[in-house]
Amino acid sequence: MAQEKSKPKNGVTAKDVKKIAKLSRLHVEADRLEPIAEDLNGILGWIEQLAEVDVEGVEPMTSAVDMAAPLRADNVSDGGKRDDVLKNAPKSDDGFFVVPRSVE
Amino acid sequence: MFIAPRVADEKDWIVTDTGPWEIIIGLEVHAQVASKSKLFSGSATGYGSAPNTQVSLVDAGMPGMLPVVNEFCIEQAVKTGYGLNAKINLFSRFDRKNYFYVDLPQGYQISQFEHPIVGEGEIEILPIDGDGNVGEPVTVGIERLHLEQDAGKSVHDLSPDETYVDLNRCGVALMEIVSKPDMRTPEEASAYVEKLRGIVRALGTCDGDMEKGNLRADVNVSVRRPGGELGTRCEIKNVNSMRFIRQAINFEARRHIDIIEAGGEIDQETRLFDSVKGETRTMRSKEDAHDYRYFPDPDLLPIKLEQSFVDKIKANLPEMPDVRKARFMSDYGLPEYDARILTSDKTKADFYEVVAKGRDPKIASNWTMVEFFGALNKSGLELEDSLVSADALGCLIDRILDDTISGKIAKGVFEKMFAGEGTADEIIERDGLKQVTDMGTIEAMVDKVIADNAGQAEKAKENPKLLGFFVGQVMKASQGKANPQAVNKILREKLGL
Repeated sequence: MAQEKSKPKNGVTAKDVKKIAKLSRLHVEADRLEPIAEDLNGILGWIEQLAEVDVEGVEPMTSAVDMAAPLRADNVSDGGKRDDVLKNAPKSDDGFFVVPRSVE
Repeated sequence: MFIAPRVADEKDWIVTDTGPWEIIIGLEVHAQVASKSKLFSGSATGYGSAPNTQVSLVDAGMPGMLPVVNEFCIEQAVKTGYGLNAKINLFSRFDRKNYFYVDLPQGYQISQFEHPIVGEGEIEILPIDGDGNVGEPVTVGIERLHLEQDAGKSVHDLSPDETYVDLNRCGVALMEIVSKPDMRTPEEASAYVEKLRGIVRALGTCDGDMEKGNLRADVNVSVRRPGGELGTRCEIKNVNSMRFIRQAINFEARRHIDIIEAGGEIDQETRLFDSVKGETRTMRSKEDAHDYRYFPDPDLLPIKLEQSFVDKIKANLPEMPDVRKARFMSDYGLPEYDARILTSDKTKADFYEVVAKGRDPKIASNWTMVEFFGALNKSGLELEDSLVSADALGCLIDRILDDTISGKIAKGVFEKMFAGEGTADEIIERDGLKQVTDMGTIEAMVDKVIADNAGQAEKAKENPKLLGFFVGQVMKASQGKANPQAVNKILREKLGL
């Protein structure tokens, strides 16, 4: 059966796009919200086809390799590179990063 | 599902014109893991270093840097889990909690959302009211314990229109311990934090230093009619003392009741406690709240612990405060009060056990609690910084028990020891405080006092209460050095009592 370009069940709206953009600190022009929502819904609909696969009894896979995280011993082996750390900062002073005021 | 079946005791209800209310409290305690290096990098964790000197490129969120888990932090979380009588999850995983803030260079905090390392547990607390009355024990459920990274520190007072950021703390391992909403009074909440502090200190997994922020609590408060429908809760962030926890809860509960009674609604929001004004105020607006878009951190594989690894930790757990308290009561015969105070903190309990070794346990307890802890409180010193060691206090007690000095003189000697003037023996020798036990010498002093107060001596036969006056005079004449029992005995004989 030919699938038409499906709309996902809980598709995103222009309002959702606005919110996600804000949370991600991305500027999106008002007239772009609707087209982006449409694009995203297209992607979501395509991804949703995965739901057709029967995964009964299959454990969710969270990484591509089946192994546990390697652990390291609790030793101080890094740090002490303040100048490197601050090198790319637009502004620093007295060893601190300096940014626009974050509270009123 | 958020349920709170327990109803507060009637005495703990807040009764207003509209009827009774009860407070529902749950806590999220952040305990900094006592590790040398950070959770995902080899930078140091020490407090008070120059800004940004304990920062690696991982901590600074530089592109391409990968986190590697600190095994010691995993062990401490498991250990603490056992201390909370909780389920240890052999499988756990790190997730990204996404938000933007100036002290979080990655743009996300690595935390554990879906699969925490420790699951449900419970601890028992003893709430104590402002007058020191001990209430009924309350069982507080633990929802979970998970590991996460701390953020950096923002400094707002170095420039009027800028924020200074120090990332030294960024990436330090925290154990977030989430309680169930099982507390009903401010005293229960602070007793719970006190208990947690005692547990992590006994285990050595966190130093519990609240002043440095190494142990801090987010307090969730709501109100409801007793046993009724739950109200909307507010979260008060980063409260860092037992007293502030109680103040913040009292203020917040009153605020909720006032709003509801005026016909208003509570906004679910994050609030800040202002310790100067003793009030809470809005911190973040609702629209941004709790939309962290968690997802599994693709840079980190899941944590899979071997049963043998956690068994080994369990087998090597130190004695927990509750067990130690029971032992102090049974082995030393101490009253509940003494045992509770002494075992509330590991260093205190360790100190006491040295003092009590080979000595009368109750005398050792009195001297440790009344004189020693009293002096610590007064001076604001921590036990670790005191100039009086447990052995030195023990020697002072020995000098009372062998009649070298009286208990009263001993208090003066202790003050001098606390001020760093030397050992008990040195001070007794230097100041000539050795008790006079020679009967002849005491008799001579008694005779002189009776001769000087002949009139009173006559009356004493009729009024035995005057004995106290004579004892006082003799002790004064001896500068407190006469053995009080001997003085009493000789006076009674001479006065014919």
